[in-house]
Amino acid sequence: MTLTLKGVTKRVGNVVHIHPTDLTFEPGSFNILLGSTLAGKTTLMQLMAGLERPLEGEIWFDGRDVTGMPVQQRNVSMVYQQFINYPNYTVYENIASPLRVARAPEDLIRQRVGDMAELLRLTPMLDRLPGALSGGQQQRTAIARALVKDADLVLLDEPLANLDFKLREELRDELPRLFADRNCIVVYATTEPTEALLFGGNTATLFEGAVTQFGPTREIYRKPNSLLSAQVFSDPPINVLACEKQGAHFVDAEGARWAANGPASSLLDGPYTLGIRPHFVTTAATGADPVPVSGRVMVTELSGSESIIHFAKGGKTWVSQSHGIHAFEVGAEARLHADFAQAMYFAPDGALAAAASARA
Amino acid sequence: MNKLQNNKAWLFVLPVFALVAFNAIIPLMTVVNYSVQETFGNNEFFWAGVIWFQDILQSERFHASLGRQAIFTASILAIEMPLGVAIALTMPRKGPWVSVCLVLMALPLLIPWNVVGAMWNIFALPDIGFLGHMLNAIGFDFNFTRQPGDAWFTLILMDVWHWTSLVVLLAYAGLSSIPDAYYQAAKIDGAGSWAIFRYIQLPKLSRVLTIAFLLRFMDSFMIYTEPFVLTGGGPGNSTTLLSIDLVKIALGQFDLGPAAAMSLIYFLIILLLSWVFYTVMTRNEEQ
Repeated sequence: MTLTLKGVTKRVGNVVHIHPTDLTFEPGSFNILLGSTLAGKTTLMQLMAGLERPLEGEIWFDGRDVTGMPVQQRNVSMVYQQFINYPNYTVYENIASPLRVARAPEDLIRQRVGDMAELLRLTPMLDRLPGALSGGQQQRTAIARALVKDADLVLLDEPLANLDFKLREELRDELPRLFADRNCIVVYATTEPTEALLFGGNTATLFEGAVTQFGPTREIYRKPNSLLSAQVFSDPPINVLACEKQGAHFVDAEGARWAANGPASSLLDGPYTLGIRPHFVTTAATGADPVPVSGRVMVTELSGSESIIHFAKGGKTWVSQSHGIHAFEVGAEARLHADFAQAMYFAPDGALAAAASARA
Repeated sequence: MNKLQNNKAWLFVLPVFALVAFNAIIPLMTVVNYSVQETFGNNEFFWAGVIWFQDILQSERFHASLGRQAIFTASILAIEMPLGVAIALTMPRKGPWVSVCLVLMALPLLIPWNVVGAMWNIFALPDIGFLGHMLNAIGFDFNFTRQPGDAWFTLILMDVWHWTSLVVLLAYAGLSSIPDAYYQAAKIDGAGSWAIFRYIQLPKLSRVLTIAFLLRFMDSFMIYTEPFVLTGGGPGNSTTLLSIDLVKIALGQFDLGPAAAMSLIYFLIILLLSWVFYTVMTRNEEQ
């Protein structure tokens, strides 16, 4: 029951929506499509579902070519960002609808709908119409509808994006549990790197219609194959700095010098782009060899336990993510410390040259 | 200080009161005034009580007009509502044809009502009109100025031509507001086009269709210009709808008292039926 995309592309008019894409999803896997809005997540899902036909390439499922097969003949279910339910069906009938289409016997329907409602805590709402439910309950109904028919492929297109913060956290915790004992392929689209990290599984990073990398989520986070993948998989955005390796040290245009250690020490001399995640740029010095960095503060976002400081450094915007509340004035000089031992180095063409935490 | 401010506020509200009084209350009260009085000319009026209301409510003529009006309104609603939705469903959702379709659909709505009447009158004339001539040429004995059935046929056809567009435009607006995801979700469920219509489009359209129904009900119940120009209420009295009858009584016979009483009854019927329809339809929605 493996799903394979082979060189799939999609164009509308002259606009390329999906560049040639190869992906393989194993049964029982949880796969995340990570990318910003318009990166092609939804289009890719529609291609997988059979709602759209690829321009080129093939889609194989369970050893069969299903490229032209309409969605009705595939065993697919999908949950959308909007809460999609039949407006004049009760929650019970909504959950039952895929089984009714499949002409399942009545007692089986009752049992499956009951199980689903129990699992998604919808039992008290079974007689209500979707319009009378909260957003979270509406989306849980849609999820129940997607799960009730034991689909081989479950597509979740930013299902939590329209929910408020609390409900989102709640459902985010529930989701992996729902798929734990199923053998289906789950594909989950999201714009949020943190969500990808929470779910684990596999991640495909998408940028402007192209998959830049695909593999186990944590591995991609630790060792992105390119600056682009690192940028897609970083929130707040990853900080970049042009630098040059000279012997055992790196130097940047401002004259800062730091030691090349770990995998970076074996790099050839020459120009590199350094990438460092915001939580390694902090108000307090950490690591063995902290390098001072400074810049004019543009804005500071405070959350309960940490400060996100945006500052200008060498014509670029840098972001620091520091513990505690640090209220910098806008325009003030922020003097921070970067733990460049944790940095990644990218070659001039953007490919990863060395990542500190990667175990090669 | 407080009092002064309140008095000032009245100054702002007063123009609105004056406007409402001039365009609604004063004309209405004039009609109420006529409906309870009798006059023999010379501008002398006598109290008549509810005599005119009794007369109208018991008059065969009023019953006949009301019956014709009900048949007319029911027929055009029965045709225009489903037809309008059906046309809206076939219209393209995207692309350059959208604006072409919308303009074509809006055209009949832009034509003045008496022009519509005149157009259809000429169009349906049995000797020189295209429709009338063609119908006769293919063997129908069609003459809407002589045969009541033909007059009704032309009248309803004219109203359907003129006003179905309104239902189409409203239904189309309702359809375009349904997100694509609904259709995709239904497709994934394996729903056919009838199921999509019945369980997604129709429920999502219920609100605009309620509005369309009420607008068409009120408008058709009050219709005057087009049938007046088309048939003048004839042949005989066969297409004399309520408003045509009312004008005959008021301006033809100059029976101001009965005409005023009939106006009020007419108005109350429309008000009552609109309220009943609205209540029933929105209650269905809430269930």
